[in-house]
Amino acid sequence: MPVQYSSILKEHDAVRHRAGLFDLSHMGQFWLTGDSVAQWADTLTINAVATMKPWQARYNIFCNDDGGAHDDTIFYRVGQRWLLVVNASNATKMWQHLNAHLPPDGVALRNDHGRAALIAIQGPRSVAILQPHVDVDVAALRYYFCTEGNVDGVPAIIARTGYTGEDGFELFVAGDAAPELWRSLLRDGAEAGLEPCGLGARDVLRLEAGMPLYGHELTEEITPVQAGQSWALKMSKPTFIGKAALAEQIERDDFSRIVGLMMQDRAPAREGYRVTRDGAAVGEVRSGSIAPSVGNKHIATALVERSAATLGTVVEVEIRGTAHAANVVPLPFYKREK
Amino acid sequence: MAQPQGLLFSKEHEWVSVDGDRATIGVTDYAQNSLGDIVYVELPKVGSTIAQFSNVGVIESVKAVSDLYTPMSGEVLETNGALENDPSAVNRDPYGAGWLFKLRLTGAGEASSLLSADEYEKIATE
Repeated sequence: MPVQYSSILKEHDAVRHRAGLFDLSHMGQFWLTGDSVAQWADTLTINAVATMKPWQARYNIFCNDDGGAHDDTIFYRVGQRWLLVVNASNATKMWQHLNAHLPPDGVALRNDHGRAALIAIQGPRSVAILQPHVDVDVAALRYYFCTEGNVDGVPAIIARTGYTGEDGFELFVAGDAAPELWRSLLRDGAEAGLEPCGLGARDVLRLEAGMPLYGHELTEEITPVQAGQSWALKMSKPTFIGKAALAEQIERDDFSRIVGLMMQDRAPAREGYRVTRDGAAVGEVRSGSIAPSVGNKHIATALVERSAATLGTVVEVEIRGTAHAANVVPLPFYKREK
Repeated sequence: MAQPQGLLFSKEHEWVSVDGDRATIGVTDYAQNSLGDIVYVELPKVGSTIAQFSNVGVIESVKAVSDLYTPMSGEVLETNGALENDPSAVNRDPYGAGWLFKLRLTGAGEASSLLSADEYEKIATE
């Protein structure tokens, strides 16, 4: 997946107003089968797996013992099987992690990373562009649910999921079928404005939509609680890796946390830049970008001390030695009208 | 693509248009294309004196920060203020509306260390 096909901003515009096509085949795809998958996965993750309905999809985070994020993922309950999609950069680590915790029986794992393809179509025209290619009613598919179907006659799992803040679908197909499907969708979708989109546009889209990116807002050192992902944390589960550490962190409530920043001037905030308040260091920028869907402002996420995390706080981002004022603002920066 | 004739070029992908002791400076079409969507430029201060090939500012695209160098020495007379609100002019019109700054030249013989359009063309297409 390239950073861009034509221009990051042009591709971003396509997804927000028409549709964009993403090749996400680099992401890790693991199949989990057996009677004990849900029960087992619930001991490794912060969100609930066992309560997922057939054909449901759910965001979930694997933590380490200290509560830091090992990876953030999506579980798809595909009939009686489970598809786990992990970040490309974490695929090897996650495969080892799953195998290291494998129970003696009841769970079988298959690693399709590098063999299975994943193509995402995202944007308001996704339904109209995709429908002629598939033999299921995609408009009827609910958000964060999936189904089996055929895309251009190729068996696929079709999920109404994505990472852009827009409506859209993710299509899981065999790797050897993907190139022709990619070309076919682009060819037929061109008239409706479908464009191939790269990692650059994807990063701007997800940042505007307030979605964490592993390695930035979530790391082995940054917990889901710090990253504002506590909505996915199910402390009612009896036990899971990292639970004790996360419980303690919530109890103490003194941790640095991810906030949204909006720059007051035209200077871009970028990863690693120091964040200060009245000149004293309070944290650092974790992601930053121009935000075409937020009035072309420069936005960022930053990990800052609790004292600087209150909405409305004015902080400074240090850019090449100069302090540039920024406001702490709510996440997400952008929410589509439904 | 062919470079505009009559300009001088640096290996760092800046162009300069010399008119007597005055010069206008910008980045080349090759440079803007390589950088991608430009979202911010930081230019030298008006009134400051800058030395040939020194780092005088930055050009930022969505993804990256790149250093900006001056192809000639001089006193900064003017910067392109329109770029503050519309930095994409550098992408759209690098040799026109996307110019960056103007100098009163102070170095002698510096033009000889710059490239002609044809010489630059070879670098940009390598």
